[in-house]
Amino acid sequence: MADEWKPQILAIICNWCSYAGADLAGGARIQYPPTVRAIRVMCTGRVDMLFILKAFVEGADGVLVSGCHFGDCHYLEGNYKAAKRMFMIKNLLRNIGLDDRRFRMTFVSASEGAKWGMVMEDVTNTIKELGPSPIKEFKK
Amino acid sequence: MAENTEPRIGVFVCHCGTNIAGSMSIDDVVNYAKTLPYVAVADQYQYMCSTPGQKKINDAIKEYNLTGVVVAACSPRLHEPTFRTATKEGGLNPFRFEMANIREQNSWVHMHGMWDEATQKAKDQVRMAVAKAAKLEDLVPKSVPVEKTAMVVGGGVAGMQAALDLASAGIKTYLIERTPTIGGRMSQLDKTFPTLDCSQCILTPKMVDVGRHPNIEMMTYTEVEKVEGYIGNFDVTLRKKARGVLTPVEAAAKGIVGGGCNGCGDCAAVCPVIKPNPFEMGMAPRKAIYIYHAQVMPLIYTVDFDSCVKCGLCVEACGEKKAIDLEMQDEFITVKVGTAVLATGYELFPVENKREWGYKQFDNVINALEFERLICASGPTGGHLVRPSDGKTPMKVGFVLCAGSRDNTGIGKPYCSRFCCMYSLKHAHQIMEKIPGAVAYLFYMDIRSFGKMYEEFYYRIQHEGAKFIRGRVANVLEDKETKNLHVFTEDTLLGRPVDVEVDLLVLAAAVQPNEGANELRKKFGVSASQDGWMLEAHPKLNPCGTTTAGVFLAGVCQGPKDIPDTVAQAEGAASAASIPIHMGEVELEPYFAMCIDELCAGCGMCVNLCPYSALSLGEKNGRTVMVVTEAKCKGCGTCGGFCPGGAIKMQHFTTPQIAAQIDAFFAGGEQ
Repeated sequence: MADEWKPQILAIICNWCSYAGADLAGGARIQYPPTVRAIRVMCTGRVDMLFILKAFVEGADGVLVSGCHFGDCHYLEGNYKAAKRMFMIKNLLRNIGLDDRRFRMTFVSASEGAKWGMVMEDVTNTIKELGPSPIKEFKK
Repeated sequence: MAENTEPRIGVFVCHCGTNIAGSMSIDDVVNYAKTLPYVAVADQYQYMCSTPGQKKINDAIKEYNLTGVVVAACSPRLHEPTFRTATKEGGLNPFRFEMANIREQNSWVHMHGMWDEATQKAKDQVRMAVAKAAKLEDLVPKSVPVEKTAMVVGGGVAGMQAALDLASAGIKTYLIERTPTIGGRMSQLDKTFPTLDCSQCILTPKMVDVGRHPNIEMMTYTEVEKVEGYIGNFDVTLRKKARGVLTPVEAAAKGIVGGGCNGCGDCAAVCPVIKPNPFEMGMAPRKAIYIYHAQVMPLIYTVDFDSCVKCGLCVEACGEKKAIDLEMQDEFITVKVGTAVLATGYELFPVENKREWGYKQFDNVINALEFERLICASGPTGGHLVRPSDGKTPMKVGFVLCAGSRDNTGIGKPYCSRFCCMYSLKHAHQIMEKIPGAVAYLFYMDIRSFGKMYEEFYYRIQHEGAKFIRGRVANVLEDKETKNLHVFTEDTLLGRPVDVEVDLLVLAAAVQPNEGANELRKKFGVSASQDGWMLEAHPKLNPCGTTTAGVFLAGVCQGPKDIPDTVAQAEGAASAASIPIHMGEVELEPYFAMCIDELCAGCGMCVNLCPYSALSLGEKNGRTVMVVTEAKCKGCGTCGGFCPGGAIKMQHFTTPQIAAQIDAFFAGGEQ
């Protein structure tokens, strides 16, 4: 069964860099695992910490937030502010006993289609290694 | 649509030919969509973006009295505007539309043996899009007036052409150039391929046109310091670097009658400081008070305060004109413009980094721009090509093409610099023409002569007797006595190593974005491509636009291109930049933050988070609450992502909408 298990990973990604990078990966036909479902926001600055917590509570095996490289944010500094919050999320996950590798923030620009594919591979492998989220047990 | 009725969503799944339908079961996705809450109708079509496809949306909105539309097709970054228009034509507010990206982020990335997985992912994507669509609200785009002025940054041939076009279309245009003169790289060239036009002869009249156009305000020796605002209303702060010299206009403003610089050069004649002239690639001297060359525009001298010793001899020589002010300071001015064109050009890759070719180690290895200056009649040698080591006329000249281009070693550039093949052919022609009996050796990988009359030019140079050796140059060694160079390569057509002795070696160095271009693009919010050039909005359909509305690209700053392509793109960018100005107003996407006053505690944390100073605290009904200045808000949502009370509503990306998407993802259950 372990091979059959497909992780449920949520990605919240910014319109200008990572979403565009993901589109570029598509244009270049870069193949990656179909484990991630993306929500588009204008900027990672929009990502409320509660969105991430909600995703974990609902049973996400992993959550990814991806934005522009530092200094390249379409809104100047939204990604810095997001990144600050993301450290808090990692801290919080550790404190409640959830492996903080289930959450990650990456920086993929609009021209990094290949990198988006690598991120998808890497996130999927990490989550597969960690297995299903223990929170799922509570939902049964 | 009445607010209290239950949402009624129409789902339309696009085949995109076989682009989507070849990787998943469209029928399964449509049938699944029909089972989702709120879905009133689900349909499919081969090309939803086509006229019949859009008509399906129009008709369904009326027939099923829809409150929202979901199209599962390509990326919203491609066709969201198309389907918003279709939604609007059907009688709904255009923001009642949501897209599920099942092409770029599904069918194209899960192609082989992933049929079931791709179908399942598409179902999830549709479910999440429906969940959001059910919570979408009517929004009204905000129209803002457009300032009827434009700015062009960079005074090379691209910037000059863009400025001339904008100005001729009746738009006041600021042309910003950081060096003391406009003209750019093209003014350094001797001849241009394939017509062999003299570069100065075709460029100088343009420079003069720019200088005297009533709608162009040329600002040389000026840099962009800060950019604020948005399309139609950019506030650009410029640093007018201290030039140390007053123009006649500036002098008149100071009450100096008949004063100001007239370009006579008396100052430079007495200046005791000698420096290399960067315009001549350092091969000719200039003084601390200087002009680059005789055809500069404007003809105003500039003091290089880094090397000026402030002896005051120039001030004396200038006399009654009183043009020189050695105590001048940088000035900052802010101008308001509606749109901007960036045309910052290129510089040569530091080819000395490829140590095997000996640039900066051996005297007689030069780069292509140095060759241009040495062969140019207005250059340091008056157009007599000489070798740097002994001043003798070279009879055997080697040209290394792809010098740093198409290089995957990590030292050079992976891309093709596009114009080096052609100018190297031109260089070969020039030496054979100017020096009777001279031989040109071109060491090349491939000759890329792709433009109009370019291939014909290549044949011509072959017939003129240039020697073409196909092979990457492995190593260059210098004969210590003669200072001749031995070029080692493998002739891959003959399949044997060769050692060619030449008198002079010219490296057709790769090009890279100009110094400072990276900082400039960030000020304008323009992204960079992987190779560092500025990123166009779409490589095919919007090659002049950027992701920042109202900012356009012209010339090599967007990627290597020759002069015809540069000028063509400049005209395109100027045309694109003039549209909002002629329209008079533009619509901004209504993704503004809104404050829900009853939830706002007036803590003010959001005020500090906003990078645009769009938020402030104000009194409403006796309480302190946050107030949004809509014109300043760009809709990033950084405030909404942080507000501890959930009091900030980010339109079109509201918390209930995003929460519904998250819920919908997991509502699919274990797969």
